[in-house]
Amino acid sequence: MKVKMLSRNPDNYVRETKLDLQRVPRNYDPTLHPFEVPREYVRALNATKLERVFAKPFLASLDGHRDGVNCLAKHPKSLATVLSGACDGEVRIWNLTKQKCIRAIQAHEGFVRGMCTRFCGTSFFTVGDDKTVKQWKMDAPAYGEEEEPLHTILGKTVYTGIDHHWKEAVFATCGQQVDIWDEQRTSPICSMTWGFDSISSVKFNPIETFLLGSCASDRNIVLYDMRQSTPLKKVILDMRTNTICWNPMEAFIFTAANEDYNLYTFDMRALDTPVVVHKDHVSAVLDVDYSPTGKEFVSASFDKSIRIFPVDKSRSREVYHTKRMQHVICVKWTSDSKYIMCGSDEMNIRLWKANASEKLGVLTSREKAAKDYNQKLKEKFRHHPHIKRIARHRHLPKSIYSQIQEQRIMKEARRRKEINRLKHSKPGSVPVVSEKKKHVVAVVK
Amino acid sequence: MERAPKPGKDVPPKKDKRQAKRKKPRRYWEEDTAPTTDRACPGPPRNKKRNQELRPQKPKNTHILKKPRISKKPQVPKKLRKRTNPEPERNLSGAQDPFPGPAPVPVEVVQKFCRIDKSKKIPHSKSKTRNRLEVAEAEEEETSVKAARSELLLAEEPGFLEGENGEDTAKILQADIVEAVDIASAAKHFDLNLRQFGPYRLNYSRTGRHLAFGGSRGHVAALDWVTKRLMCEINVMEAVRDIRFLHSEALLAVAQNRWLHIYDNQGIELHCIRRCDRVTRLEFLPFHFLLATASETGFLTYLDVSVGKIVAALNARAGRLGVMTQNPYNAVIHLGHSNGTVSLWSPAMKEPLAKILCHRGGVRAVTVDSTGTYMATSGLDHQLKIFDLRGTFQPLSARTLPQGAGHLAFSQRGLLVAGMGDVVNIWAGQGQAGPPSLEQLYLTHRLSGPVHGLQFCPFEDVLGVGHSGGVTSMLVPGAAEPNFDGLDSNPYRSRKQRQEWEVKALLEKVPAELICLDPRALAEVDVISLEQEKKERIERLGYDPEAKTPFQPKPKQKGRSSTASLVKRKRKVMDEEHREKVRQSFEQQKQHKQKKTKPFGAWPSALDRFVR
Repeated sequence: MKVKMLSRNPDNYVRETKLDLQRVPRNYDPTLHPFEVPREYVRALNATKLERVFAKPFLASLDGHRDGVNCLAKHPKSLATVLSGACDGEVRIWNLTKQKCIRAIQAHEGFVRGMCTRFCGTSFFTVGDDKTVKQWKMDAPAYGEEEEPLHTILGKTVYTGIDHHWKEAVFATCGQQVDIWDEQRTSPICSMTWGFDSISSVKFNPIETFLLGSCASDRNIVLYDMRQSTPLKKVILDMRTNTICWNPMEAFIFTAANEDYNLYTFDMRALDTPVVVHKDHVSAVLDVDYSPTGKEFVSASFDKSIRIFPVDKSRSREVYHTKRMQHVICVKWTSDSKYIMCGSDEMNIRLWKANASEKLGVLTSREKAAKDYNQKLKEKFRHHPHIKRIARHRHLPKSIYSQIQEQRIMKEARRRKEINRLKHSKPGSVPVVSEKKKHVVAVVK
Repeated sequence: MERAPKPGKDVPPKKDKRQAKRKKPRRYWEEDTAPTTDRACPGPPRNKKRNQELRPQKPKNTHILKKPRISKKPQVPKKLRKRTNPEPERNLSGAQDPFPGPAPVPVEVVQKFCRIDKSKKIPHSKSKTRNRLEVAEAEEEETSVKAARSELLLAEEPGFLEGENGEDTAKILQADIVEAVDIASAAKHFDLNLRQFGPYRLNYSRTGRHLAFGGSRGHVAALDWVTKRLMCEINVMEAVRDIRFLHSEALLAVAQNRWLHIYDNQGIELHCIRRCDRVTRLEFLPFHFLLATASETGFLTYLDVSVGKIVAALNARAGRLGVMTQNPYNAVIHLGHSNGTVSLWSPAMKEPLAKILCHRGGVRAVTVDSTGTYMATSGLDHQLKIFDLRGTFQPLSARTLPQGAGHLAFSQRGLLVAGMGDVVNIWAGQGQAGPPSLEQLYLTHRLSGPVHGLQFCPFEDVLGVGHSGGVTSMLVPGAAEPNFDGLDSNPYRSRKQRQEWEVKALLEKVPAELICLDPRALAEVDVISLEQEKKERIERLGYDPEAKTPFQPKPKQKGRSSTASLVKRKRKVMDEEHREKVRQSFEQQKQHKQKKTKPFGAWPSALDRFVR
């Protein structure tokens, strides 16, 4: 007779002293872990609920401006520094960690229309309603020195926007035309026009650094190459575009914030159809900024809210609003991709978390592992109706909520009419235009 | 789409500088000759060349080794494995890795951890969905390989009992086994002589550490049976029908003559549940925190012990319920009835999920194995049958026993025990996965009184038998799963660990509505219920809300709205719809014809009737 009994030595399973960690042998055999799917489902449900419980995105409000905040700029080297320009011509520099204003300059008379920092972070440029371009030092003046710009360029017309080249000592302004300036000179290297209209913003491509995009009030978006003297091509949309923003990871992709409540993500090579039409705002979209990862962007709207869109989705993943926040004019995603800043009409700059339920501060490795696991579970079960409902729910202010209802009715009516027209006309005589193509009027080269 | 940014005109070549700065440090064991040769003919190019030669070697080898992640053959013994590698990789130091590459994993083990049914083909859908499915499948394979590899770390081996040269293991007595095994294991065999309080029912806790038993004359006791430390001993002064631990050893449910009582581990009565009266059998579903009770009145009641609410009370409509078991794989309750059927119940349904006709007479005992694949039943017709629960519900094997079994139980590794009178018989299967073969007895034992309750102890090679003479713990080598999971049910857990586990377990309590025959159904696309919902909605409303409304012509002004013109307009629309229908049916017919004509010349086969 050969016999062997299961006989465990307790010393292998019990810790020796109280100071030791408990011994936890694992066995991943599925028969020892029944109900894998239902248990994971319950975990996913709990994780989704907790995510909503912990969704407290608002971090701080920076007040100090005496008029609406018109533009924001990030510091390229310091995460804690933010610059803002107001409608009364004041520029303020903020320290985000202290949440305090560290410097205030009366830069212009009238609006500060645009501002940008130099890529090295030593100085910044502002343009204003007083037809000037000014370069300022980033550091505060020493004791006894006066607050003065490094350079001032007097122009003939009002400049409405400015952007700096990402690698060279070149910047571009826009107004009636797009001017490209050398930092050392007082006259532009070249100026480019296409039609006669006021151009509201100009942006350098961060990857293909010689490319620029601009949008004008005659409803078009124009692309330029700095090395040529003429613009490349333009696309005309239904309504005017307020700003554009280039994707920092994909050189050809940019997103346009449009007056018709939508955002359009274009591929530069094929302008006749936008890649995605992002819909969710219920009023004109005023500003847009990409996350440094290039996967998401944030948009600011006249409807007193900001929304975060994934680049490939047409619906927003998040909406931020507060009772006190009025029309949001400018928005920026910080360079560590964790925070969002927005400047609004009622003179405040607000700081938000980019991921509403994220825990700030250092995470222990177990916290990190739990977070990753929960994230995966949420992803796995996101289509289940119960989980979907909880994850999607957002409280909206009444004005936005009722606007959404109203626009849904309007859209439905329009759709019905279109279908009826299609039905009652000769087959083929009324073409079916897709939602993407509907908003593009023409592409001109 | 992405392209590396072109360097600007006057951007300094930074990268090269950094590379030049960061030189690879040379180790003392990196070929002694190198520095001397360097000294002889200095200059970087030579050095670089050697580096280039050395580098590509590594990825090449790893690539070769990585590819056969799953060895197609069952695990190769170590010596063979060594030989199969044609050229073992040599380190620079000259040392040689005796086990290069990742450890090979046998296919069967990988199969055990595989969650995707690979026989199903990925549908020809949009490329995006297809891509995602393919990625998920690859990921799944990787995780199953990794999980299978973790089996190498399991510390314990299962027990066994083998007769030498043709000796029948059934003839081996308990005394022989006790004599042959070590002292610690021998101590697991004991006999509690409790003749006074009549036949006993017993239950082990989920960790296998604690044992509770209750006699039909009111004696209830709970003890840590490994250390033989008594936790409590009381007399409830009432007949005890059944006894069961709840989720932990701290709570004890006792079905007494009238009502259901819950005691803690010191014997203090915590609850008396009067809504469950005259309960005959108890089952606890540990992941749902449900206590299922079968009563003499014919009701199956589910009590949620975490909140104290009755989730469902189902009338089985089959008279007195005296036979009950749970399927540990899907938490379905199996009830045995006096008409020979076994019915399967879930709290979500008022009707049984399935009814299986098992025996000619009444059903005496039912049990289901831990994988949920096999169900063993015994009936008044003295038959013992094993059923396949994977969809077919067909008997796999049957055997007539001289007395018929009154009690049945499966062990974790698939051993089947039957209690017949005062004899206990145990059958074992050939392999781990198969059902127990009823031809050959594995072990047998005679007790001092008729058997009244049976259970294999989880994670120990021990079978607990309650009988009229008391409680016996007998040794059954190879019965239990040797390796427990420390986070799930740890026999050696401390109080703190138990408390932590309790919180975790309560947080992920599975709702009672999710109990169904296939517990993986939640992860699949639910097509049936979508269609069913639509149908039910139509039935409920009396019309189809998504159907097209019949055309109603709008009244027009200035005398154009005469009845004749209205009818005319209506007719026009109707005709158009009719034409559309006819067009569609024509096309369908055409397609049907094409399909039929394709296998031209093939005669209908007699086997066609089996094609579904």
